[in-house]
Amino acid sequence: MTSEPLVAVDGLTVAFPTAGDGAVRAVDGLSFALAPGGALGIVGESGSGKSTAAFALLGLHHGTGARVTGSVRIAGHDVQAAEDAELRRLRGPVAAMVFQDPLSSLDPYQAVGDQIAEVYRTHRRDASRRAARARAVEVLDRVGIADAARRARSRPHEFSGGMRQRALIAMALALQPRLLVADEPTTALDVTVQAQILGLLRELRDETGMGLILVTHDLGVAAGSVDELLVMKDGRAVEQGPVRTVLDAPREQYTRELLSAVPRVNVRRAPLRAPEADGAVLLESTGLRREFGRGKHALTAVDDVSLTVRAGETVGVVGESGSGKTTLGRMLVRLLEPTGGELRYLGRDIGGLKERELRGFRSELQMVFQDPVSSLNPRRSIGESIADPLRALGKLNDNQITSRVRELLERVGLDAGAYHRYPHEFSGGQRQRVGIARALAPEPKLIVCDEPVSALDVTTQAQVVALLGELQRDLGLALVFIAHDLAVVRQVSDRLVVMRGGRIVEEGPADSVYEQPRHPYTQGLLAAVPLLEPAKAPA
Amino acid sequence: MTNTLTLPEPEAEAAPAPASGARQVRRRLLARKSALAAAAVLGLLVLLALGAPLLAALEGQDPNAYHDTLVDSARGGVPFGGFGGISAEHWLGVEPGTGRDLFVRLLYGARISLTVALGATLVQVVVGVAVGLGAALGNRFTDSLLSHVTDVMVAMPLLVFAIALVAVVPADFPRPVLLVVAIGLLAWGGMARLVRAQTLSLKKLDFVSAARLTGGSSWRIARRELLPSLAAPVITYAAILLPTNIVLEASMSFLGVGVKPPTPSWGQMLSTATTWFRADPLYVLLPALMLFVTTLAFTVLGDGVRAALDPREASRLRVGRSRRTSRTSGAGGAQ
Amino acid sequence: MTGYFLRRALGAVVVVLVLSAVVYATFYIAPGDPARLACGPRCNPEQIRQVREQLQLNDPVYVQYWHFLQGIVAGHDYSTGTGVLHCDAPCFGLSYQNNQQVTDLIIQRLPATASLATGAMAVWLLLGTGTGLLSALRRGGATERVLTWLTLAGTATPVFISGLGLLMLFCAYLEWLPFPSYVPLTDDPEQWAWNMLLPWAALGLLESAKYARLTRSSMLETLAEDHIRTFRAYGIAERSLIGRHALRGALAPVIALSAADFGSMFGNAMLTEMMFGLPGIGQLLVTSTQTIDLPVVVAVVMVTGTAVVIANIAADVLYAVADRRVALR
Repeated sequence: MTSEPLVAVDGLTVAFPTAGDGAVRAVDGLSFALAPGGALGIVGESGSGKSTAAFALLGLHHGTGARVTGSVRIAGHDVQAAEDAELRRLRGPVAAMVFQDPLSSLDPYQAVGDQIAEVYRTHRRDASRRAARARAVEVLDRVGIADAARRARSRPHEFSGGMRQRALIAMALALQPRLLVADEPTTALDVTVQAQILGLLRELRDETGMGLILVTHDLGVAAGSVDELLVMKDGRAVEQGPVRTVLDAPREQYTRELLSAVPRVNVRRAPLRAPEADGAVLLESTGLRREFGRGKHALTAVDDVSLTVRAGETVGVVGESGSGKTTLGRMLVRLLEPTGGELRYLGRDIGGLKERELRGFRSELQMVFQDPVSSLNPRRSIGESIADPLRALGKLNDNQITSRVRELLERVGLDAGAYHRYPHEFSGGQRQRVGIARALAPEPKLIVCDEPVSALDVTTQAQVVALLGELQRDLGLALVFIAHDLAVVRQVSDRLVVMRGGRIVEEGPADSVYEQPRHPYTQGLLAAVPLLEPAKAPA
Repeated sequence: MTNTLTLPEPEAEAAPAPASGARQVRRRLLARKSALAAAAVLGLLVLLALGAPLLAALEGQDPNAYHDTLVDSARGGVPFGGFGGISAEHWLGVEPGTGRDLFVRLLYGARISLTVALGATLVQVVVGVAVGLGAALGNRFTDSLLSHVTDVMVAMPLLVFAIALVAVVPADFPRPVLLVVAIGLLAWGGMARLVRAQTLSLKKLDFVSAARLTGGSSWRIARRELLPSLAAPVITYAAILLPTNIVLEASMSFLGVGVKPPTPSWGQMLSTATTWFRADPLYVLLPALMLFVTTLAFTVLGDGVRAALDPREASRLRVGRSRRTSRTSGAGGAQ
Repeated sequence: MTGYFLRRALGAVVVVLVLSAVVYATFYIAPGDPARLACGPRCNPEQIRQVREQLQLNDPVYVQYWHFLQGIVAGHDYSTGTGVLHCDAPCFGLSYQNNQQVTDLIIQRLPATASLATGAMAVWLLLGTGTGLLSALRRGGATERVLTWLTLAGTATPVFISGLGLLMLFCAYLEWLPFPSYVPLTDDPEQWAWNMLLPWAALGLLESAKYARLTRSSMLETLAEDHIRTFRAYGIAERSLIGRHALRGALAPVIALSAADFGSMFGNAMLTEMMFGLPGIGQLLVTSTQTIDLPVVVAVVMVTGTAVVIANIAADVLYAVADRRVALR
């Protein structure tokens, strides 16, 4: 029994039938094994099949139309051959799963404690209702929910994101499974909460000796939490081995590319150019404030923010969800009207201008948006989208506009012939390039980038960040770079602004804030960032 | 295309839907056999309605000519002969009591039914889109006012109001027009709600923000960025409204407040048929069948259009993992 | 919560007021001469003048409207030339046809409409949601295909067709049932039920088809949600997955939409009444439309409109109770 691996996957292939007669192989001939109590990280970019593989471990593709071949054995059970009843007995007590989005993964209508108790009683038939409730409170308490007896009666929407993920882990824990499969368990969470959840998973492993399979796109998350690493690409395993070996001495070209693309929070940015001593002040905000709603429901998203952006510099803005960074960004380009404070562009107050009065300034202040899907009109060709600001300016004729758009497309690394193609024909990274071209079109002085790379895979992320840096150097643009990912922001910023609860908690030259953070919040934030190389981490 | 253009120029300016997108929709629609069959039935029906005078001439009958000799006055006016008096002259028999030709009356009934339903749908689309857009793009006050009016319109018992309305309109007002106006002006609430909701969610999308940053006028943004994206849901909803309107017209005619005799209408035939169904069942079955087939065909086609425009419907059966999460699994945690 | 109810009640009052103004304007001001309509076709100008006096039609429009509202709230006195006729609150005026109080006319018709609505509702709530759930749970199978086509055909069948069909089948050919004629519940409950059977079936089947489609799509949507996947991944059997975790979420929108649909249900009930000769409010409306009996028409429109407004509030509250995530605002 001891010699048998906890998980043995051999030649696993999962194919989804497509509209025609074809099928897409999401997982293609995957094999791996996990010893009892071991921890395996499955990493890969989107579309690599990592989550599909994880779902196959619990037989969750049964009855969905997906074709699964190969063998999956978990603690001696043949998942592939198992009948429904056997699968149900397996799910929970033997292998439990934790999902990505903790809000939608819990029943919104039932108390969290009841949901855990229900799962417990499904597998422990002899347990009384009272015993199941007690068990639910016990595990909620174990995963760090304060006042567990009372909070067990709360419904999921009364919990914070981190607490919900803790509750899901508690649900798994209640059955003392031999294996925990966690599918992107921290992707929807802020970095400090992520660190807590990862810490909790480590503790629970030490305590219960359960095995862990951690599926993640974030190499840093995997680096600190698992012993073995499996790198996937296009449904296949590219490389697998002990985590330090794979990360420190990767054998495969793809792994090396992946690793080099990961932004490091503890590495200084390569200077793009000699820092200009004092560029002219472009944009300046004083006591900027924005509220949403009125009366009792009023919410202050941005509160008393004073910020200066000089020509040609990059100001990084970091903060967790709800810090007001996106609201600030939208106010800076006047997509939102401030409810208080001043916003000056080249000395002129633009904070209170009406839409019509703003038209003259629109070409100077542009924005690159987060979501590459919704930021381009699906019904218009990308050329038309880029040409829009030029048409609105009314300085060029149609031929000039077309040639300018072609020029811009080439400038951002796309084919000039792509003018007449539509957004759905492009990948996420390419669409983000189109978005950048559109922002560049009216020759702005400043571009606010709101999470421009957070929806992209790490290799694409690196390319887009590089493009932005290059454009800034060549065109002398000022950038405001808003992101939740501290490592990405470090790669681009001259100065850094840390936001929390709508206010600026710390501000200064990027390197000094990263290396000697003064505010405890910044210190906590930086300490929570998962690192690829633990050895180099500052103590 | 000029740069300073601010006035509408519908045909030249309408942004084309992505070619492949439209092609995909057509392909999905063509792949649904039920929708194809429904479209064929409706095509035939439209042809019959358009060709009604021609077919009447071919049969040699007039929709309003009485034939006293064909009905048995001794038995209260039941047509002579079997099956409602079907003969070489009267292909589907004659109307009991009056002896009018049933075939021609059914065809002319189709004209009324289709014209009123299409006209009413058109009115609903125009009013609904205007009110919905007005609410979504207007200021807080406009939105609240229009939304309240819409709520009231959606809730109100349409048939009750339409019937009441007919009571006060002058008798010489053309009835088909009245029906179009009554149904159209009373039942646009659903469309307005849909357009408002769609526009509000579109407005939140980044490409609309991006369009604002270009410095174009609000009208330009509405026309270029919003309207083309509204086309699909509006068409879908109009396809759902059509059969409802057909039934509404028939209902009003059934209740005696529809088109006036002697203009033929299916609802009216069914209304008189209630007294004849023992003696002449065919007289009930024919208009009932026409109405049922027409409504069913429109409903099936509407379902098909909806499924073709909204492919999520098709993938809904894949329960294991929603496609949304698998696509964003590589995304960062920011909202 | 109390504040919410107060706001909703106030909103409802405003809606009903607006409705009354619109209805009043449409029916008493827009069309020709109410006095001529009230007096009848054979009146001479002198008689019309008298009627106009009686109905106070010479007053300014807003005064007339005020009297109309006053009548509803506090009752109204009509001079009949020889004496005074008191019309109790809520007074919608006197019928042009027989000078009866409109309120009385409506109250007389209420039992038949209520009988029809309650019975049909029982049919469609059980049959409609039941069929919908069944076809959602049997998705992909033959049962679903059959049910889908049945419900599709059901929604495409106007109530006067299904009613005719039922009459022909059960009364004319099989002769299992007598031709329905309304017997009040208070007179003879057994006969009442027998006679209402076909109207209930006709209205109930049509609405069932609608609700079945609604329930099915709502259930499928809920079953595709992430939290269902969670419990599936913890080995919960499909049956309790549906019963405990999907049903509530699936039925909440069905409740909400049923309120929005109350108005169209009313229209179908009216058709059913006409079809089966039930002496209900719908029949009253149709006959008074044909005789252009304006006070009755106005009263029916006002009463049904108010009923719809109240039904909407009730449904909103039910929905909020069913779906605790929806805050009552």
